[in-house]
Amino acid sequence: MKKFKGRAIVAGDGSFEAVVTKNGFNTLASMQMMNIQPRTRCNDQSNPDLYKKIIQDKALCLPLTIGSTTGGMFIYTAVVEGKAPACLLFSKEIDSLAAAGAVLSEVWADKDMPVYDKLGDEFLETVKNGDKITLKSDGTVIVD
Amino acid sequence: METKMVLTSEQQAILDGSKGETMAKVMETLIKYGEIFGATKMVPVTSEYGHLVLSFGLMFLGPVFDLYQKLIDDGCISSQKFTCDPRPYDPEVPQSLVSKVLAKIIYSKQKRYDAQLKKLGLLNENSYTCTCYMPELGNIPKKGDILSWAESSAVVYANSVLGARCNRNSGIIELFGSVCGFVPYFGFLTDEGRKAKWIVKLQTTKKPDAQLLGSAIGMKVTEDVPYIYGLDKYLGNELNDSVCTYLKDFGAATASNGAVGLYHIDGLTPEAVELKEKLILENAKEYIITDEELQRVKDNYPVIWKNPNAKPKMCFLGCPHMSLEQLKDWTNKLDKGLKENKRTKVSIATVFTTSNPVHEEFKKHPEYQKLIDMGVIISYICPLMYMDNPLCQSKAVITSSNKLRTYTTTRYYSDDEILEMLTKGVN
Repeated sequence: MKKFKGRAIVAGDGSFEAVVTKNGFNTLASMQMMNIQPRTRCNDQSNPDLYKKIIQDKALCLPLTIGSTTGGMFIYTAVVEGKAPACLLFSKEIDSLAAAGAVLSEVWADKDMPVYDKLGDEFLETVKNGDKITLKSDGTVIVD
Repeated sequence: METKMVLTSEQQAILDGSKGETMAKVMETLIKYGEIFGATKMVPVTSEYGHLVLSFGLMFLGPVFDLYQKLIDDGCISSQKFTCDPRPYDPEVPQSLVSKVLAKIIYSKQKRYDAQLKKLGLLNENSYTCTCYMPELGNIPKKGDILSWAESSAVVYANSVLGARCNRNSGIIELFGSVCGFVPYFGFLTDEGRKAKWIVKLQTTKKPDAQLLGSAIGMKVTEDVPYIYGLDKYLGNELNDSVCTYLKDFGAATASNGAVGLYHIDGLTPEAVELKEKLILENAKEYIITDEELQRVKDNYPVIWKNPNAKPKMCFLGCPHMSLEQLKDWTNKLDKGLKENKRTKVSIATVFTTSNPVHEEFKKHPEYQKLIDMGVIISYICPLMYMDNPLCQSKAVITSSNKLRTYTTTRYYSDDEILEMLTKGVN
């Protein structure tokens, strides 16, 4: 078990299974097929860590998001439609597109998706696919 | 809502509901978004026009269209006119009947969304393009202008080539900024946020393909600002049409293969010319780009065609939309190549994408008829949206756009390789 402390941009509690990318998460490339998939799978051919893996309802552990500026609206849509990851856990400072998705979901959707950032490089070096992730609302992330 | 940001009395009143509950939520969103990045104030949007990234009435984006309808119903429309990314469907672009039907279903909210855009503040019917900054479109911000734009390729162009100031805003957020007339002050809006964390040294033996170089840099620096040495050797020191076209494609690749929102090119881009090394942060990291490094990057692109040896069935050029200069240049290269190979038509169904105003301007030039006679289709479509159709994904489509490659099943080839395939034929 290892504890990490980050910043809770949208706070939450709960335990989820980790899915990990060490590369930037290209939101459009990854999620553009989400609504024709029974569960959202990463569709980004350029991301060998995640390609074809289920990300819906998982703790998505990532450095940051990259790519198209549709990113925030895809995250918002995924949250509203129940197709999003359970939470987003960033090792770095969150990027502007993911931040938009987090805030839009918080202000305009009924459902919140916990979003933590600044968890540090060691977090991404430690966490592995399938690990149990426990979130505390103060920004603590426990990896089992 | 308590804010850490210092608001003007006008901004505070909006947040308190002076313009209604929906407008207050728009302001709340912008404030929360800015506070994540330590913004201490909101600053006025100073550009004449905005630019929106969402142009497609994708059936799955219902929550976004519902939100936009709420804005319209509650009178929260844009305080500035805006241009918008290209449309997802054009009957001129070849597609099977079944695929056309499917496209109509996938983009079944297009009419609803087009009507919403008009109400929200779309400039005019010819405003659908990702290259709104072309002279034929006229959405050209001035150096130092504060923008509320989205569309990664347009933002990186506006910041880097025009010297405007815009964050990599998400769709919806960019509209909110245009609705309020204010954006949070952080990131690329600040002098400090425009400084380079990377020094890139170009040591290739020839001018690199714009979209391959951009891809390499985007993948390496991700979201950071690079300061690039050695590119002016190939591009010169003047931002002419040819150079701006190169930078359009280069920037699009940095922004889509990474998350670059601003780059500086020594001796060429406006802030690099003005401030030179003062733009580079202490302890900046270094990335050296050689011919071998570009080859390594290219060799690592996955090929996800069902049959990797399939004969290409279609070719898309123009992601981002082509400039007039680019249309003429490609026409002349194709004409020369076809004559050398004693052919009259391109060997693969080829679509050049550009905005309607550039297309109209191109019609006035002798190259236009030549290009049509060679069998090339010119379209306003967004090729990315075309390829989003599952039935198109099974097609073997080639492109020299690294942006298009990143988001779709298209396969990347260099401009020279594509030229050869189109003019010599493919075995």
